[in-house]
Amino acid sequence: MALFEARNVTKQYGNQLALDNVSISVPEKCIYGLLGPNGAGKTTLIRIINQITGPDSGELFIDGRKLLPSDVQYIGYLPEERGLYKKMKVGEQALYLAQLKGLSKAEAMKRLRYWFRKLEITDWWGKKIEELSKGMAQKVQFVTTVLHEPKLLIFDEPFTGFDPVNAHTIKNEILFLRERGATIIFSTHNMESVEELCDNITLINKAKTILEGSVDEIRNKWAGNEYDLVFAGDVSLNGNHNFSVLDTKKDNGKSSIRLRCAAGTETNQIVSHALEHGNLISFNPALPSMNEIFIRVVESGK
Amino acid sequence: MNKISVIIKREYITRVRKKSFIIMTILAPLLMAAIIIVPTAVMMNQEGDLKKIAVVEDDSDLFRDVIKNTKDAEFVYINNGNVEELKKSFESSGYYGILYISPKIVDTPNAIQLISKQQPPIGLLQHIEGSLEKEIEKQKLLAYQIENLDEIMKTVETKVSIQTKKIDETGEVKETSTGISMALAYIFGFLMYMLVFIFGSQVMRGVIEEKTSRVVEVIISSVKPVQLMVGKIVGIALVGLTQFLIWIVLTMATVTVLKSTVLSKTGVDKIVMEAAAPQNIMAGSQLDETQVQAAAVSPELQEFSKLFNSAMNQPWGLIIFAFIFYFITGYLLYASVFAAIGSAVDNETETQQFMLPVTIPIIVALMVAMGTMQNPESPLAFWCSLIPLTSPIVMMARIPFGVPYWQIAVSMALMLVTFWAFVWMAAKIYRTGILMYGKKTSWKEMWKWLRYSG
Repeated sequence: MALFEARNVTKQYGNQLALDNVSISVPEKCIYGLLGPNGAGKTTLIRIINQITGPDSGELFIDGRKLLPSDVQYIGYLPEERGLYKKMKVGEQALYLAQLKGLSKAEAMKRLRYWFRKLEITDWWGKKIEELSKGMAQKVQFVTTVLHEPKLLIFDEPFTGFDPVNAHTIKNEILFLRERGATIIFSTHNMESVEELCDNITLINKAKTILEGSVDEIRNKWAGNEYDLVFAGDVSLNGNHNFSVLDTKKDNGKSSIRLRCAAGTETNQIVSHALEHGNLISFNPALPSMNEIFIRVVESGK
Repeated sequence: MNKISVIIKREYITRVRKKSFIIMTILAPLLMAAIIIVPTAVMMNQEGDLKKIAVVEDDSDLFRDVIKNTKDAEFVYINNGNVEELKKSFESSGYYGILYISPKIVDTPNAIQLISKQQPPIGLLQHIEGSLEKEIEKQKLLAYQIENLDEIMKTVETKVSIQTKKIDETGEVKETSTGISMALAYIFGFLMYMLVFIFGSQVMRGVIEEKTSRVVEVIISSVKPVQLMVGKIVGIALVGLTQFLIWIVLTMATVTVLKSTVLSKTGVDKIVMEAAAPQNIMAGSQLDETQVQAAAVSPELQEFSKLFNSAMNQPWGLIIFAFIFYFITGYLLYASVFAAIGSAVDNETETQQFMLPVTIPIIVALMVAMGTMQNPESPLAFWCSLIPLTSPIVMMARIPFGVPYWQIAVSMALMLVTFWAFVWMAAKIYRTGILMYGKKTSWKEMWKWLRYSG
C-alpha cells in the first residue's frame, strides 16, 4: 500500500511551470528516490509534500487519506540547504524545533538524550551552532529531522558535507529508520547511493515525470542485451552472427569482454561458445548504472 | 496557536538574554534621568569659582556699592580707578573682569563694558544689568523729587509670571504649561519613532537571519509562514514593551532618588512651597523680606513647581491609552512591512532600496510632530494625525495639547483598517519571499507575489 501519494500535481510560478501533472506513489517502508537535474522541479515537489507551498491543482494523500495541515507532525524534512539558528545553543534549538513539530518538552528531552547519545554528540548540547563544524551541525540537523518519529521522512541530499565515516553512520541510521517503519523520500544527485539505497525512483525533468519504477526493473529495461564476460588469462573473442564484441579490457591477468547479443540468441549459446575459448570466471548481464541511465534519459529529452 | 506561542517564546527569550539588551535596558534610563536631573542640579548649585570683578567709574561715584555681591561674584569698587591701568595690570591683579561704567550711562545705556578674558555667564550679566537698571531708574525717579520714594518703590515692585490654564469641554479649568506639553509631545513623538524603528528593523533583521541561515525552510515545514511572521513580530513587541516598562520604572526611580538627594540640599522644597502661592507677592505692602528674595532669587524653582503641577494635570489616562494603542498598531503595521522587506532580500545591504519608501513616512511624521509643537492645530498636523502611516507619531505629539475625541476616534479607526490591510499584504509577500534565493527582488516582483496562491 502506498503511504504517500501525489496525483496530477501541477504548480506554476508566474509564467514558469515548475511541475506539470506529476504523480508519485511511495510504498510503505520504501526508500523512494526523487531524481532529476537541477531546476527540474524536485524542490517544488518536496515543498508541496511538506505543505510549504500548495499545488495549483492535484491531490496529496497520506495513509490513503487526504493530506491535512496537521499532518506536518508525521513528516520529517531535511532540506538541501540546511540551516539552524547560528547563535542558538544546540540543545535549545533541537528542543525548539521538536516543539514546533508538536512534541511536548519532556518527550522531546527524552528523545533528544537518546539520539544525542546514539550519534555521540552529547557534549555539544550547550554549544552554539556557529561553534560547530559543518558536518557537526548536519548531525544535529539530522537528529532534529527524525526526532518526532515521522512516518514519512524526506531527505534532500543527506550525505553532502559528511566525511565518509559520518556518511556511513547516517546511511545506517536511515536504514535503521526504515526498519522501524519509516518511509523515506530521498532526493540526490549521487547515483551510487541511489543504486545502493533506493527501491523505487521517479525521475523528473523539465517539470515532467520521465522515468519511474523500481531501480532493478529500470536497470534491466535499459540493459539492452549486453553482457560482461570475465576470463582468466589472455583471451580474445571474435564476434559472429550471435553476438558482437563491444569492448575488451586486459589487466591483472584477466580479460573483461563486453558483448551484445543479436536478437533471438540464447545466453546459453554465448556461454558455451565462450567456454571453448578460455577459462570463464564470470558471466553477467551488463546493467547500466543509474548514472548512465540518468544521463541518457535527460539528454534524450533535449 | 500553541506553535505561535512557542515561536513567541523563542523570539522573546533569545533577545532578552542578549547582553546588548541588558546593557541598553539598564543604561538608557540612567542616561535619561541624568538628562532630566543634571541641568536642574547644575542650575541649582552652581558652585563656580568666586569671580572678583573690579568696578571702575569715570569721574563719579554714582554706582558705588550698587551692585550687590552674589554667591559667585564679588564686586570691588575702585576709587578713582583708571581703566587703562587696570587693563595693563589685569594678568597680575587676579580679577575675573573689569566693569567699566562711563558717566554717560544715565543717558546712553550702552556706555558700559565688562572686560574679561572669558565669556562671562549669562547670570552674571543679568545680575549686573538688573542692578544698574534699577539704580538708574531710581536716580531718574529721584530727579522728580517725590517724597517717600523708597517706600513707594518697595510697594510698586512687582513680579509677573503668566499662568496658562486649559479649559475642557466641561468647563473645568486646569493649570497647564505649554512647556510641559511640548516636552511631552517631543518625548512621545520621538519615543514612538524610536520604538517603531528599532523594533521594526529588529523584525527585519530576524527575518533576514532566518532566510540567510536557511533555517526558515525547516521551520515552515512545521508551521505556516504567517505563524512564524506573527510569532516573530509579537515576540519582538513584547521585548519592546518589557524594555519600555523597565525604562519607565528605572527612570522614575532614578529621578526620585536624585531629586531627594540633589535637590533637597538646596532647600528646593521650602521655596517651591512658598513660590507656589505667587499671589502673596501681589498682596502689597506687607511683603516679608525672605519671600521677595525667594521669588527673586529662584525664578527657575518657581518655574519648576509650575511644571510639576501642570505635568500632573495632563490627561494621563488618555495619553497612556493612546500610546499603547498607537505603539501596538503602528508597530505591527511597520513591523509587518519590515518583515516583508526582510523576506524579499538575501542580505541586509539589499534592504536599502525598500527601506527608503518605508522610512520617508516615519521621517515626515517626526518632522510634522516637531512642527506640531509650535502649532498643534495646523491643517498639516491635523491630516497627518489622521493618516495611518504618520498618525502614531503625530497624534501622540498632539494629544498633550488637547485633541477632540472624534479626531482620536477617526485616527484610531483608520489605523486599525490600514494595519489589517498591511499585515495581510505583508504576509503574502513574506510567504513567497522567504523561499526565494539569489534573485534580485524588485517592487514589481513583490507585486506579483501578492497575487500568488498559497
